[in-house]
Amino acid sequence: MADVLVVDDLDVTFQLHNSEVKAVSDLDFALAEGETLAVVGESGSGKSQAFLSIMGLLAKNGKGSGRAMLGDTNLIGLSPGELDRYRGKDIAMIFQDPMTSLNPALRIRTQLGEVLVRHQGYDRERANRAVIEMLERVGIPEPVKRASAYPHELSGGMRQRVMIAMALLCRPKVLIADEPTTALDVTVQAQMLDLFKTLTNDFGTALVLITHDLGVVAGVADRMMVMYGGRCIEKGPTDTLFYDPRHPYTLGLLHSTPNVDKRAARLDPIQGLPPSLEHLPRGCAFHPRCAFRFDRCFEERPPLLPVEDVREKACWYQGELNYEEVA
Amino acid sequence: MLDRTEDLLKVENLYKNFSISAGLFAKPFELRALQDISFTVKRGETLGIVGESGCGKSTLGRCILQLLTPDQGRVLWLGQDISRLPEAEMRKKRRDLQIIFQDPLASLNPRMTVGEIIADPLKTLMPEIDAKGRRDRVIRTMEAVGLLPEMINRYPHEFSGGQAQRIGIARALISEPKLIVCDEPVSALDVSIQAQILNLLSDLKERLGLTLIFISHNLSVVRHVSDRILVLYLGRIVELADGDDLYDDPKHPYTRALLTAVPIPDPKRARQRTIEGLVGEIPSPINQPSGCTFRTRCRFAEARCADKVPPLETLPGGRRVACIRWQEIDLNPGP
Repeated sequence: MADVLVVDDLDVTFQLHNSEVKAVSDLDFALAEGETLAVVGESGSGKSQAFLSIMGLLAKNGKGSGRAMLGDTNLIGLSPGELDRYRGKDIAMIFQDPMTSLNPALRIRTQLGEVLVRHQGYDRERANRAVIEMLERVGIPEPVKRASAYPHELSGGMRQRVMIAMALLCRPKVLIADEPTTALDVTVQAQMLDLFKTLTNDFGTALVLITHDLGVVAGVADRMMVMYGGRCIEKGPTDTLFYDPRHPYTLGLLHSTPNVDKRAARLDPIQGLPPSLEHLPRGCAFHPRCAFRFDRCFEERPPLLPVEDVREKACWYQGELNYEEVA
Repeated sequence: MLDRTEDLLKVENLYKNFSISAGLFAKPFELRALQDISFTVKRGETLGIVGESGCGKSTLGRCILQLLTPDQGRVLWLGQDISRLPEAEMRKKRRDLQIIFQDPLASLNPRMTVGEIIADPLKTLMPEIDAKGRRDRVIRTMEAVGLLPEMINRYPHEFSGGQAQRIGIARALISEPKLIVCDEPVSALDVSIQAQILNLLSDLKERLGLTLIFISHNLSVVRHVSDRILVLYLGRIVELADGDDLYDDPKHPYTRALLTAVPIPDPKRARQRTIEGLVGEIPSPINQPSGCTFRTRCRFAEARCADKVPPLETLPGGRRVACIRWQEIDLNPGP
């Protein structure tokens, strides 16, 4: 499959009153057509900021540098006007809380249709028909009626579907979903994840799923990228990372996640707290919480290097990750 | 040794409605938040309460603690009905009945130091303890929940979400309660921190002989902590059973549908599994379907399900289920 988005050396920096904070450092990845990439990490890991910078949606004091190639265009550093040629058309993003992304004063068909009028030059009539068709496509019952509704008249799950419909109207090559199911009930979440699978299969859309929920990742992602302290610390095929994690943080996340299928006596949480980006530890950012650390980890930051052929990890420790031995 | 057979808390035929204004002259809507809720909590157990948003699980927690007054029914605490107690009398009970909230930072007063926040309940609940005694207790409790005693003079904003939740837990523990209602205590926390707090709660429960009511929408977390689990749908109990029985062999179609929807952190199992889609969404609690309220989304529903509300039957072994078809339907077809 052809790569639709190739990101190289992406950095994101924020200017504070008298200091600078690096939220994302040296991020590299490629996204193929129809592929689902999960970006996993806890708060402050940089997972959202990386993609906000690609979309040109960083806060005013934030700045991205590096390359995010959508075809021949580098999205990083484009002006808002130039970005609007691609945003919503070739690359789209949806967020956790659909209510904050929808205009409460506009009917669904008006705000969705606007995308087509603007990017595809549709007239209103044609845009309306396309909107209703897409609402139906994402599983909204009575699409004609819903198209005339205002956002507050819809339930949370329905609004998230509307967001997805809006994002897909122009058949983007890349859809970035930031915690799209976190605010939803499990039954609705399951429907949404199913919808994502159908969409990547049918439209060939490449999906980036930003999440902290490993259960969600296991169900839909082809590959995953684990972030900590603004850097990617392990990436590879989902199955490989779940069944054979090589970075102690990936292992720790898996051990921290309760499984509905089997009841463990105790969870093995990662000790300590995620680091503040303003005061990242020297050496490997994870070393204060790591059960496998040794002298080198305190001094030198491990680079992200290939291990075997399918995965990469950033960790000096090369032995077996056997929890019982160290815990 | 704890007497684990004693009923610490008994809820009997509890009802709670909310009036929703429909405009100045219109008759207000009645939102039926809880209907005919009865169950017991034994000393030393953890009772999980699960359900989707709007099912009444938080309202139930608040009715137990008398933060909301039930419209009908009784809440018996050690045999005494506390649902009609005057506030002064209730205050004496509050040292035994505490609550931990979901959003740790929002539930802490930003202008108070950690020490003041944790000591605050003592002033009203145990006025006999003097300032020195309070301070000793605060330090002991901070240590018990994994906070360093030197943090006693800091303010809430200096703490991360996980640490703030530890403060909330310390505040709930300070009066040495017998029962704590935990309302979504880990939902706002990162995965690694969530596991730390869950372990802390189970350690404290063992060490202090606490009884917990654990309210959550996260079925994986509830399974992890609970001895018995109560499933709510539109304000009614649809199933109540021991954790393993409920998860391995659900009897109510709603429980089954909820369980199949929970994401499993195991890619191969996740791919094998077929999610039983529930049709549509939870109906509005203002306009509830007749008979079994779940029938509009149930794939086993028949015409007679609309006739009357199914009773909460007690099955052999003590588990309970509210479905007139539970014996006829096979929820666990073979592979």
